[in-house]
Amino acid sequence: MRLMNRTLVWLSGALLLALTIWAVIFYINMLDEVHDSIDDGLDNSKLLVIHEAAQDSLVLQQNTFDEGNYSIRKIGAKQARNHKDSYVDTLMYMENEKDFEPVRLLTTAFSLGKGNYYELKVISSMVEEDDLIEDLFYSLLWLYIILVVTILVINNFLLRRIWKPFYNLLNKLRNFRLGSHALIEPEATSTTEFKMLNDAILELLKSNVDTFNNQKQLIENASHEIQTPLAIALNKLQLFADKHQLTEEQLEELFQVVRALERLTRLNKSLLLLSKIENRQFEAIAPVNFNELCAELAEDFSDVAEHKSIQIEIVERGTLIRAFHRDLALILLTNLIKNALVHNHKNGSMVVTLTEKTLTIENTGSDVALDPETIFKRFYKGGTESKSTGLGLAIVHSICETAGIKIAYSFNGKHRMELFFS
Amino acid sequence: MKILVVEDEPEMIEILTGALAKENALVETASTFMDAIDKVTMYQYDCILLDINLPGGSGLQVLEQLRNLGKSDGVLIISARDALDDKIAGLDLGADDYLTKPFHISELMARVKSIVRRNQFNGKSAIEIGNLLIHPEEREVISSGIQLQLNRKEYEILLYFVANKDRLIHKAALAEHVWGDHIDEADNFEFIYSQIKNLRKKLKDQNAGIEIQAVYGIGYKLIVE
Repeated sequence: MRLMNRTLVWLSGALLLALTIWAVIFYINMLDEVHDSIDDGLDNSKLLVIHEAAQDSLVLQQNTFDEGNYSIRKIGAKQARNHKDSYVDTLMYMENEKDFEPVRLLTTAFSLGKGNYYELKVISSMVEEDDLIEDLFYSLLWLYIILVVTILVINNFLLRRIWKPFYNLLNKLRNFRLGSHALIEPEATSTTEFKMLNDAILELLKSNVDTFNNQKQLIENASHEIQTPLAIALNKLQLFADKHQLTEEQLEELFQVVRALERLTRLNKSLLLLSKIENRQFEAIAPVNFNELCAELAEDFSDVAEHKSIQIEIVERGTLIRAFHRDLALILLTNLIKNALVHNHKNGSMVVTLTEKTLTIENTGSDVALDPETIFKRFYKGGTESKSTGLGLAIVHSICETAGIKIAYSFNGKHRMELFFS
Repeated sequence: MKILVVEDEPEMIEILTGALAKENALVETASTFMDAIDKVTMYQYDCILLDINLPGGSGLQVLEQLRNLGKSDGVLIISARDALDDKIAGLDLGADDYLTKPFHISELMARVKSIVRRNQFNGKSAIEIGNLLIHPEEREVISSGIQLQLNRKEYEILLYFVANKDRLIHKAALAEHVWGDHIDEADNFEFIYSQIKNLRKKLKDQNAGIEIQAVYGIGYKLIVE
């Protein structure tokens, strides 16, 4: 739920409660005031009637409400003496409304000298409470709706504008990649909180980028420092072999050293590659056609396959094109195909199947399934191929992980690597 | 063939000058940035072997200086850094090729010769060896007036051997050059044998006057008969 909607939910709840409480208080107060004012009116009418009755005895004949808003009835002295003014709400049949409507009734007593006591009832039509409540309810409902809509509008227009720097920053953060050269440039804002957020994030990013760059530098320097002595050792040995007339035995021994050094070179390069992949340093992304890449690689490896009499088959059920770093795609496929060829046997087979979403490599090889838990670990060595670095599948795995590809190994007589592209 | 080696590591200088001297090249060296700037400004070279990391500056700045001077010396960058950025920057600044340390001497020679050839005669020069005449621009190999029918790999193998005449070529170096870096040590490079065998047969049938000899189990050597 978005921040502005969350406040809206709370506000509408609170408003509903506040308006309800206010309505109850308002209703009670208003009704009280209405009663007060009607009662004053009744009082006034009472005095007027009594005044008139003193002058016009006809008034005293009016003992129903038929002709006015009062009725008079003669009562005994004792009853009159105990009489107290009372105001009550009651119902009376109204001609105009053809219904019983609430009226306010004042019952009082008066005497007109000579021991004549009368009871006077004065009525005044009253507020219809159910109508009042209904009116009040609808008015309040309208008020409530208007308030909520107003808040909604303000939220959407004003808050959206106020929060714009925040969403902007969020967007930029989402697109930010460590290793890309551009640092985030937050939008200028006059809101203190956002300024603080911008500053804090910039500072954090800057220190992260610095660390990242240092790390990258360290890796590159380490590789530099290792590659140069390796180059010296390798080249000196090669020149030595050229310069001197060596016996087969001597040459063989010398090249055993060369091979060991070459292996060290490959290990160094593979480890560098792994850390580069994990640092997401391969970013240039362009559409890569995996079908074409597979065909190219099959051609590259055709001599290796021929030498072992391995049948390479490419089955194209669809065209697999994804945005990818081309070198990375090449490394991914090379490692998989090389793996399928090296860990194969004479007269074996390798089948690459491509669909629009998957790439599957199935190859013959050892009769035992590999452990799918450990094959992707670094320095895992399955077979007897002692010369492999044990990093090939680790590289495959980390490429898949950074590119969001699901990779699965299975065995059903043949070894099967399946890549699911999202 | 006049070559400048720009490199700060004394051992590397020794290796590079040693290997180049064997090809009768005139080799000069520069081991600092200022040295390199001085030499490329004053003299003309057929090929400059340029290290990126130099005391006092970067090899890329040497490239810039060359470009500013309007010079067209061939440049082969030799760097221990496999960083893609450097490679792209170097090639953008006009370097002809990029080689990452460590490398095989035979690979270095093949690249240097290719650069020198391209620079000296606009690539139009033909290579003469034994009874063979090779036109690298057209990828043509002619033996006594008859064109040899070679496939892509056979041609590349031949050119590699020709660039490394009389030099022991390690199987790994040949495999990497012709089949690509990623070929690694798959099955001890035995697969290259069948291509070599075919090439040998074609050379012999056409009386090419050169022979590719196997050197024990380690590699091969091209000999002019």
